[in-house]
Amino acid sequence: MSPPVTAPSVTLVIVVAALIAVGVYLLLERSLTRVIIGLILTGNGVNLLLLVAGGAAGGPPIVGMTDPERMSDPLPQAMVLTAIVITLGVTAFLLAMAYRSWQLNGHDEVQDDLEDRRVARRAALDRAAYTDADVGTEPESLDEAAAEVHDETGDVGGRE
Amino acid sequence: MLLLLGLHLVAALAAPVMVRVAGRRAFWLLALVPGSALVWALAHAGSIAAGDIPTSHTEWVPHLGMAIDLRVDTLSWLMVVLVGGVGAAVMVYSSVYFKADATGLGRFAGTLTAFAGSMLGLVTTDNLLLLYVFWELTTVTSYLLIGHYADRKTSRRAAMQAIIVTTSGGLAMLVGIVLLGNAAGTYRISQIVASPPSGTAVVVAVGLLLVGAVTKSALVPFHFWLPAAMAAPTPVSAYLHAAAMVKAGVYLVARFAPAFADLAVWQVTVLSLGAGTLLVGGYRALRQYDLKLVLAFGTVSQLGLLVMLVGYGTREAALAGAAMLGAHAMFKSALFLSVGVVDAATGTRDLRRLNGVGRALPMTALAAGLATASMVGVPPFAGYVGKEAAIEALRHDASWSGRAVLAALVVGSVLTVAYGLRFWWGAFAAKRVLPGEDSAPGVGPVVGADAPVADVQHRPSVLLVGPALVLAALGLVTGLDPGLGEHLLSPYADQVPGEPGHLVLWAGVTGALFTVGILAGGALLFWQRSAVEAWQARRPWPLDVDLVYRRSMRRLDGLAADVTGATQRGSLPLYLGTVMVVMVLAVDWTLLRGTRLPGLADLRLWDSPVQAVAGALAVVAAILAARSRRRLKAVLLAGVSGFGVATLFLVHGAPDLGLTQVLVETITLVVFVLVLRRLPPYFSVRPLAASRWVRMVVGVAVGVTVAGMALVMPLARTAAPVSVDFPDEAYEFGGGKNVVNVTLVDIRAWDTMGEISVLLVAATGVASLIFLRRRGAELDRTGARAPAERAVWREDTDVMAPLRAKARARWEASVEAGGPARLHSDWLSGSSTLDPQRRSVIMEIATRLLFHTMVVVAVFLLFAGHNSPGGGFVAGLVVGIALAVRYLAGGRYELGDAAPVHPGLLLGSGLFLSAGVGLVALLFGQSVLESTILQFDLPVLGHVKLVTSLFFDIGVFGVVVGLVLDVLRSLGAEIDRHIEIESDDGGPDRPADEATGALR
Repeated sequence: MSPPVTAPSVTLVIVVAALIAVGVYLLLERSLTRVIIGLILTGNGVNLLLLVAGGAAGGPPIVGMTDPERMSDPLPQAMVLTAIVITLGVTAFLLAMAYRSWQLNGHDEVQDDLEDRRVARRAALDRAAYTDADVGTEPESLDEAAAEVHDETGDVGGRE
Repeated sequence: MLLLLGLHLVAALAAPVMVRVAGRRAFWLLALVPGSALVWALAHAGSIAAGDIPTSHTEWVPHLGMAIDLRVDTLSWLMVVLVGGVGAAVMVYSSVYFKADATGLGRFAGTLTAFAGSMLGLVTTDNLLLLYVFWELTTVTSYLLIGHYADRKTSRRAAMQAIIVTTSGGLAMLVGIVLLGNAAGTYRISQIVASPPSGTAVVVAVGLLLVGAVTKSALVPFHFWLPAAMAAPTPVSAYLHAAAMVKAGVYLVARFAPAFADLAVWQVTVLSLGAGTLLVGGYRALRQYDLKLVLAFGTVSQLGLLVMLVGYGTREAALAGAAMLGAHAMFKSALFLSVGVVDAATGTRDLRRLNGVGRALPMTALAAGLATASMVGVPPFAGYVGKEAAIEALRHDASWSGRAVLAALVVGSVLTVAYGLRFWWGAFAAKRVLPGEDSAPGVGPVVGADAPVADVQHRPSVLLVGPALVLAALGLVTGLDPGLGEHLLSPYADQVPGEPGHLVLWAGVTGALFTVGILAGGALLFWQRSAVEAWQARRPWPLDVDLVYRRSMRRLDGLAADVTGATQRGSLPLYLGTVMVVMVLAVDWTLLRGTRLPGLADLRLWDSPVQAVAGALAVVAAILAARSRRRLKAVLLAGVSGFGVATLFLVHGAPDLGLTQVLVETITLVVFVLVLRRLPPYFSVRPLAASRWVRMVVGVAVGVTVAGMALVMPLARTAAPVSVDFPDEAYEFGGGKNVVNVTLVDIRAWDTMGEISVLLVAATGVASLIFLRRRGAELDRTGARAPAERAVWREDTDVMAPLRAKARARWEASVEAGGPARLHSDWLSGSSTLDPQRRSVIMEIATRLLFHTMVVVAVFLLFAGHNSPGGGFVAGLVVGIALAVRYLAGGRYELGDAAPVHPGLLLGSGLFLSAGVGLVALLFGQSVLESTILQFDLPVLGHVKLVTSLFFDIGVFGVVVGLVLDVLRSLGAEIDRHIEIESDDGGPDRPADEATGALR
């Protein structure tokens, strides 16, 4: 049913490449608004790529309207359809994040994670990145410590 | 057998409840659980010794070769007796040992029962993979029991150490198991032992198996976790760390000794580590002051002995090992239980502070005395019989390794006698001079002069002393009839080649000489105990493995921090860039190596000229969007690009996609505008000139790579597409002509289900980011609005006010002249809530005309979608746009009037409808989400063909409408409210003031 295997249309390939290139360029920005625009452009590019991978253009995949031999591949279309709607959901979510970031920090820029920086700095200085009370520093070995542990024993005995 | 395992599982789950209801008495009932295993084993003793081996087989994970195979041969039978018998004794003991209101008693009971069940499974399973599962279950339960007092640092650290050591061994063992299973072609232990495979892989596998055994049974150099595990409650020490769990390694060695004992890797590992552990443990036990630590190092020593004997590889040694295995479980658990009694009665386990306890606790002293006698090998106890058999077995081996092992056995036994005597003397004897007082300074932790000598304050109950006494007495009874032991245990030893061994009380003069010599040597060491302690104190242990372990763990932590510091730079662009670059390199490598680009002749410039126009529009708009410094402009241009892509979809033959894309772009624009009104109009100017080029290069590289993929992919097809039959299937089974829609709601309905769940999550995420604490409980309805409330979207400066005042004056004049009583018509009820200058009559009229039309169109698209472009997604988006129009024309009260329903309700019921319809199919014997086509005639509508997947599509519709409504309510209505709070309380656009402070 699907059209014979043919090379894709050069126009589509160029559009896909250009959309993704611009999208990635924007994705690597710090302003969340531009990141979102980058995400949308990349998403459009990838959706087109899926269609291209499915084969050449054809008639709408509707039985009775198009001869099955001439139909475009319906499977990538189903995938892309949900992808488009999910992009909407993700966009809304990221925009809500941008708004929240503006509320808290007065801008919508993605800052570097301070905690990561702190870990890196402490690692460079060879200092412990965190403190763990259970990491023993005392010279006493664990079996000596175990000798000090007593059970909550019953009414047969008690501490003096 | 499977029933017994199930019983343990049920009891473990029920134990916390039982303890809550019945208190400590619940342990009596729980004692019946391991007790039943013991009874089962005793009932089958005769038949198993006669060679009638009970087996059972239950399939579990067939494609992994994993089945619940249970098989109880002699070795397993011995272990079941130990696990069940000692388990029951320890349960009874626990019922009086702990305080009635001790912390976490229910958890303790549950974990202990779970351990008993895991151990039972470990020793009865005949499947290697299942053995590993039970093996790790015992590790985990042991971890929980060592860390029982989770509020104490020592307990936590000891538990952590034990689990790290034993699971790393266990992981090595798992690799060994897989290698062995592959080499043998089966995971059945009995089959592997019956016809052992050979080859390099098997040698490696056996080595790895032994790593597991060595860590589990605390052999040198991993012995250090066992003394530290004494932080566990004493019943746990008696059960897990003396009788049962630490025997798992011994069991593994004993299990595979008939098959692999002749391998060099086996001989070297088992004999050297076994002998080394025997000596190290005995030596270290001689200078411990804590009674449990004396026993712990003693256990380490005895485990070395056991591994050495059962792994030695001769029939005689195997029999001696099995006998010692049983004897050790009896005497060592009895000794631990006696220590618990002393500890409970006096409040200390320090042998420097105990004096004359034996007089006050005669029965405890008797039990400990009997057990000690068995341990040091006094005739006619079981320990003596086992040791005598071991000496006989080794004495006949003239090889140098045999001689070395015999020497280790003798020296180790001398040490055992010495620490055994020291233990009993330390715990129960009346001392003239307390130890530690007369020794050189620096010998161990010296007890302060003011520390009082502990004395017995309470008489222990029968239930506390009884278990220890019974176990110790059994050591005497079984020793008195060695022939019975030989009859029961020799079927195991017969698997190993060699002369048959015997269990006897009198093994000839030579054996007796050995015994006398060992006892005398031990007594001498005990007599000179002060000198021995001082001698040991002067020679500090050359290599503290515990310290090595702790240092290497710290190094590991440091390494982890370094790696984290080096890789986690905390910069999102850096992470994304790394992902992109890796993607480019990996894909390019594949593209350049194994694919073929289409020739120039194959290429088509375009499918139709429209494609070129639309494509150019999409690309140019995208580039301009990237160059724009103004937010709104960038967003609008991105939208234009999206419309270009929609056109490409249409040209490609995908009307559903084109339709969806157009609708989504529209809603996206609205959503963007709603948020952008709060953000600064221009992107901040950042000094990013240098990194801009880097980003550009990465972007172009990704674009070129993707172009390569796009060129190669259509030609790389090797199989017919799965969708080749979709049109037929869609019509025949899905009952629809629109293949894409049927794919969504029927053929690939599971995918759609996952995708609408994502939408639900995204919508909930948006709402939770904006509403922060709780989603507004009441909806904004015009009817519910207080008339005095301020206008929505108020502007402080109103340039049109004079004009409106003029119009109002004209209207008042006309009313006086008898004109119409209304100032103007309200096209939308919500628009009266708006600030007058924000109202647009044209927009209101258009909305009034359009809204219902759009909803009707949406309903049409929803129902027609099965046969022509449309469907739940498209219909939901159309309704979403209709709602957005209502909101934009009339504000949030208008939105509340338009959709008086909580978005959460729409999302939830939508997903429920989709999933529920899928499940209904189950009721009619179909698979989940399978469609049914119903055809019937209705009077007015004519012939109706109803496909049940329509309800799925209605569910999708609900989720999409819910998403858009949630977005409008959050990013629209709720942000409106934020703005109002802000402008009421202070100036706008100042997020740092108190008004927004309340929103954080």
